Amino acid sequence: MSQLPANYIEHHLTHLQLNLNNFTIGNGGFWTLNLDTFIVGLITALLIAGVTRYVAVNMKVGVPGTLQNVVEAAIGFVDRSVRDTYHGKSQLIAPLALVLFLWIFLMNTLDLLPVDFIPSLMRVAGVEHFKIVPTADPNMTFSMSITVFFLILFYNFTVKGWHLGKEVLTKPFGPWLFPVNVFFRLLEEVVKPFSLALRLFGNMFAGELIFVLIAMLPWWSQWLPGGIWAIFHILIITVQAFIFMMLTIVYLSMAHDSH
Amino acid sequence: MEINATLLGQLITFAILVWFTMKYVWPPITKAMQEREKLIAAGLEAAERSKRELEQAQHKAISIIQDAKRDASLVVDAAHKRSLQMIEEAKESAREEGNRLIAHAKDEIGREVNQAKTILRKQLSQLAVLGAEKIIKHNLDASMQKTLLDEFVAEL
Repeated sequence: MSQLPANYIEHHLTHLQLNLNNFTIGNGGFWTLNLDTFIVGLITALLIAGVTRYVAVNMKVGVPGTLQNVVEAAIGFVDRSVRDTYHGKSQLIAPLALVLFLWIFLMNTLDLLPVDFIPSLMRVAGVEHFKIVPTADPNMTFSMSITVFFLILFYNFTVKGWHLGKEVLTKPFGPWLFPVNVFFRLLEEVVKPFSLALRLFGNMFAGELIFVLIAMLPWWSQWLPGGIWAIFHILIITVQAFIFMMLTIVYLSMAHDSH
Repeated sequence: MEINATLLGQLITFAILVWFTMKYVWPPITKAMQEREKLIAAGLEAAERSKRELEQAQHKAISIIQDAKRDASLVVDAAHKRSLQMIEEAKESAREEGNRLIAHAKDEIGREVNQAKTILRKQLSQLAVLGAEKIIKHNLDASMQKTLLDEFVAEL
């Protein structure tokens, strides 16, 4: 390894960025597009849309094929999770939960690719930085959690109407402590998108960092910690995708029911 | 960790993906899955029903076979009885026929005996006349002879 460890780590944690002010590669403050996150997110999204749409078009009521089985298993699993928790009429919740689960799972899985594999290929192609895991980019995780946040607000207002005001003012400490109630409620709602986004980001970022650290060990010793961490990471990948989906369902059903 | 316009880009991607899934993926797949569930339920129900029907059919077949056996034994009994009866009838008619033939033969024999007697009587009378003629040839004329002969025949 020719680089210093700090440089190596920093190299792996730097995005391929497009400055949207003048459309050149580089950082442009807020108006910067992380091309790697965006492109990988787009490819995985197209993959999910393509495969699920392909299955939907070729859907057989009779004996299903392998691919149809896989997609049906995912949909059945998400559908059961939604039905167990959410009892409203919205047709959006279940597809939303499915997309969250599949997309996060797929993007997380990219963490299992060897940390130097894609960046090396990209360097050959002339691209200096490329971060392959979109869920290790807070922009990705916050884009999903903010969508969920706005959906929570939307359902709170549309489903509860005027009852929402009463609920915010009187729960949980009764009408006389309404300033505390309002404060608590606002805190509760604002914390939701942060907890969703930061949990996923933190897990994936830390996981990636550990892979990078393992990659700095001597080559003959990497297989043991790398293997152990990769196997453990399969669990984290799945669990994080599931948690994000499940919490979204829970938050949205709470937005429907008075509590 | 820095927040930048990538957030907006990902928001759009996410929104489109959710919209696409909600519109073009979720409904057809869940619909087909529900259809299959119904199909399987119907299939199981049909299997259960046909099992019941099979059981009923087996019971029915058994009872039909028992009926048939009973009928067959009745028919055999009847036929047996009838054959015995026919044998009895045949014996009876044969006996009658035999008796009739015997009676007929007796009649025939009686008649032939009578016939023979008559013929014998006539021949004997002629022989007697011949004998008597030879003995008393001279004493009797023809008319006297005839009278005597008739008396003789009547006495036989």
